[in-house]
Amino acid sequence: MKQGAPSKIALNLSLLIVVFIILFPVFYIVQTSLKSMADVYSGSFFFTAKTANYEEIFTGSRSNFAELTRNSLIVSSSVALICGAIGSLAAYSLARLSWQRWVAGGIIVWLLFINMMPPIVFVTPYYLWARAAGIYDSPAAVIMAHVVLNMPLAVIMMMNFFAEVPKELEEAAVIDGCTQWQAFRMVILPIVRPGLAAMAVLVFVFSWKEFLFSLSLTTTSAGRTIPVGIANFVQEFNIRYGEMAAGSFVAMVPALILVLLAQRHIIKGLTVGAVKG
Amino acid sequence: MAQLTMKGKGDLRNLLFGAGSFRLWALLPLLVVLIVFTLLPILQLLQMSVSELEFVEGELVSEFIGLGQLDNLAKDPIAGIALKNTLVFVVAVVLIETVTGFCLAVAISRTKTLSILYRSVVIIPLLIPPVAIGTMWSLMYDYNYGLFTTILIELGVQYPPLWTADPDLALISVIIVDVWHWTSFMFLIMLAGIESIPPPLLEAARVDGATELRTIRYVILPMMAPTILVAMLLRTILAFKVFDQIFVLTSGGPGTATQVISMHIYKVFSEQFRLGYAAFLSLMVAAFMFIFVAFYLWASRVVRRRFG
Repeated sequence: MKQGAPSKIALNLSLLIVVFIILFPVFYIVQTSLKSMADVYSGSFFFTAKTANYEEIFTGSRSNFAELTRNSLIVSSSVALICGAIGSLAAYSLARLSWQRWVAGGIIVWLLFINMMPPIVFVTPYYLWARAAGIYDSPAAVIMAHVVLNMPLAVIMMMNFFAEVPKELEEAAVIDGCTQWQAFRMVILPIVRPGLAAMAVLVFVFSWKEFLFSLSLTTTSAGRTIPVGIANFVQEFNIRYGEMAAGSFVAMVPALILVLLAQRHIIKGLTVGAVKG
Repeated sequence: MAQLTMKGKGDLRNLLFGAGSFRLWALLPLLVVLIVFTLLPILQLLQMSVSELEFVEGELVSEFIGLGQLDNLAKDPIAGIALKNTLVFVVAVVLIETVTGFCLAVAISRTKTLSILYRSVVIIPLLIPPVAIGTMWSLMYDYNYGLFTTILIELGVQYPPLWTADPDLALISVIIVDVWHWTSFMFLIMLAGIESIPPPLLEAARVDGATELRTIRYVILPMMAPTILVAMLLRTILAFKVFDQIFVLTSGGPGTATQVISMHIYKVFSEQFRLGYAAFLSLMVAAFMFIFVAFYLWASRVVRRRFG
């Protein structure tokens, strides 16, 4: 549609206001994280930036962000790897290897159901299992829960990518003497690699920000992840604004990197419940 | 008979190791995950919700009580409050975010040069940890040093609102945060809908001299109606999950002002440590959501079939 210059300016102006509303809290938290307590109390806009809060949460005696960050990295990368492997295999099988409709349809409906269920539903059984298996309060327990939570995203996102690959490619590979596994491994997988990477990164970020299971399946910093650490700040040290802000900003870093790098690839994955088929 | 068994064995061998067996092996890990980690837990919830569970010296002791959890539910006034708060929250956020998401999608669909900037910024709230969102907003809501209080006092307001600490304002404060967080989700679905409207239609409206508002009202909105409906249903389902931000912002308080279903079950589980009752409540939520999701999938299929 053609628009006059004034309405174009008005449009962009109002959208810049939206951008401001979205970015302002992020800016506010960065600003608070660089303030000393005195600066927070005075509420002044101008202050000398200090990194004391970051030093405190990583190396201070009252905090354990180093361990939490280690746990978060272990959990999120394991979950991304496991979901990447299981998800892409299953998605290929479901999308390309001519299952009966009720098999593929049933599994997809079940995955959507898992995706939409409030996760609190699984907390009590997983808690009992983790204790019974002796993995309570370890990253393994959190990994177990996160793999399940992210499996619908992994499978459905990969199915879309596989559906875009021309069928002739694997037919040609099979005629040339490849087994189905070889056709998948050598021909199809390299083609969908960008999609696979986008999915794995998105799963990483979703696992990174998950809170409920990390909270329920752990009690100490042996198993806790960053979001649980932040929530503890809020509960235990109600007045240490600077450190809360620093912790929150650390928790946001992977998301902000992702937006800069892969905006286009991840949008489909963000609305995975909005089904097409 | 012998032949039949042979044939059956051959089929099984072929299924497991034959040329087409990759299809099954590739799907198997997912099936194991789904059966072990989603089906079994739900069966276990069934079993737990007819029991009273207790840890005695680290050992889990289970006693069968049949439908006794129904009595517990009748004696639990907070469950009703949590349900009411959740419904108010869900209705409010779905309605508001539908409007904000639609406006944002219409606006951004008409930009060209800055479009990438807008789209990138708008998805940020969906990617950062909800706990961090809760912290950001609780810093801004803080009634001693928070941003809102500071500004209002500068403007000469004598008693600035307490936001999350005021029982009357707490749920609204939580809803504001959710709108900030989830508008982007509605935006993404609506934008996909707008972009699938055939450009000639919009062109025709322009040639006929329709103003922009009229184009939105009489072309875009009717074309978008199915998308909007499906997006609202989906958002409704997802809004029932709300937990993280409320945990950080209010923990369900003050009093029970922001107690929602997930928060209540969590407290029954972790503070009162009544595992059987928590399982019972979880199962009720699962059953309710199962029906709702089935309705959503049916409705979205009908909508698609009717409107392409």
